[in-house]
Amino acid sequence: MEKQLKVSAIKDGTVLDHIPSDQVFRVIDILGLDNIPNQITFGINLESKLLGKKGIIKISDRYFESADINRIALVAPMAKINIIHDFEVVEKRVLNVPGTINGIVKCMNPICITNHQPVETLFTTLDSQPNVRLLCHYCEKITDKDNLKIISNRR
Amino acid sequence: MPKHLISIHDYSREEILDTLKLAKEFEKNPSRPIFKGKVIASIFFEPSTRTRLSFETAANRLGARVIGFSDAGNTSVTKGESLKDTIKMVSNYADLIVMRHPLEGSARYASEVSSVPVINAGDGANQHPTQTMLDLYSILKTQGKLENLKINIVGDLKYGRTVHSLIQAMSHFSPSFTFISPDELRLPQEYRDFLTTHSITFNESKNLNQGVNEADIIYMTRVQKERFSDPIDYERVKNVYSLNRSMLTSCKENMKILHPLPRVNEIDTDVDNSEHAYYFNQAENGVYTRMAIISALLGVTEL
Ligand SMILES: [Zn+2]
Repeated sequence: MEKQLKVSAIKDGTVLDHIPSDQVFRVIDILGLDNIPNQITFGINLESKLLGKKGIIKISDRYFESADINRIALVAPMAKINIIHDFEVVEKRVLNVPGTINGIVKCMNPICITNHQPVETLFTTLDSQPNVRLLCHYCEKITDKDNLKIISNRR
Repeated sequence: MPKHLISIHDYSREEILDTLKLAKEFEKNPSRPIFKGKVIASIFFEPSTRTRLSFETAANRLGARVIGFSDAGNTSVTKGESLKDTIKMVSNYADLIVMRHPLEGSARYASEVSSVPVINAGDGANQHPTQTMLDLYSILKTQGKLENLKINIVGDLKYGRTVHSLIQAMSHFSPSFTFISPDELRLPQEYRDFLTTHSITFNESKNLNQGVNEADIIYMTRVQKERFSDPIDYERVKNVYSLNRSMLTSCKENMKILHPLPRVNEIDTDVDNSEHAYYFNQAENGVYTRMAIISALLGVTEL
């Protein structure tokens, strides 16, 4: 059977595969993809053996530092990162939750300074597997997976 | 030494001991106007008379001038000025800032935007490190050492920030703890994990008499009514966790009772005249420890 690509192939760049469908726009936001001039194609609700439905994002002529790309691990822990050169996958990367996370996550403590003043959040990752636990640099309280809220990346 | 005092865990064991040593010097002679010409800002975004007076006494005994406010009510803060802007302004005027603020993490943030040292005088229920330092000073002074002490901590172990900070600070000195509280106010899992990680022995009990005769220190805390959804539960707990003189007949001679004050009825007034009562002296020690903290942050670590 002919395997057909639902999202057209790119010549050079980065493919972010196996993103949960409902997290595609968050990934775009976290990586600031809506603010770059590169050609971007994406698909949502594609069939996936792994996730049931998945999302995929392809960014032409753009490569990411591990520290940057790892920022999406919080919303798309199963994502596969493929580096493409001349239509070939030349490198596959897996994601790791970074040791420190700035921005992206909201502190779950309602009386934390970061929820009342324009202060960027900053967390130390206490646990990343199986459940994320983040320690707030400011209020020293823990935000866990069940209370993880993503905030926009715009500064 | 660190540039600021925001959380007790910013200070190492040695830095804690150095601060306590300096406090002892100030206690010998509290009138030390070594900071004439310096200005200390005391900015209290929520009122706390006890803490503010202690800090301002310390600043005055050091010869510094004090500026500031005791309540955010009449300041530009109520007009919506951000904490950052307030701190930027105040750090232009003062050589050191003492700050109390209801939002947790506010002191850490202030230290990051301030050009002068910041002392956290309480940020919500998070940290109150100068209280912890005076607790340590009181323990050292009454026991002659900090190492290998048996410490009972009683009352609100769940929300009590003084309890959590004291546990963190004492972890440098191999204590053994007995935690006494009702189930609703039990020490949170994260602190039990912390103690286990640091190989510190502890046991937990609901019985106020547990370990009283072996304790070197009994640290009492206030049980607050608002922690209970059912007022009847509060009444029950309040009456059970009240220390009185008859409980102290077989305790160790050196045993002292501490309480961060104000108390409600955790300690019966019949204890006040006992040689074991130390809570009123404890408050006085706050001035010396705050003098030491201010001095060290302004660069004077020896007298
Ligand atoms: Zn926080």
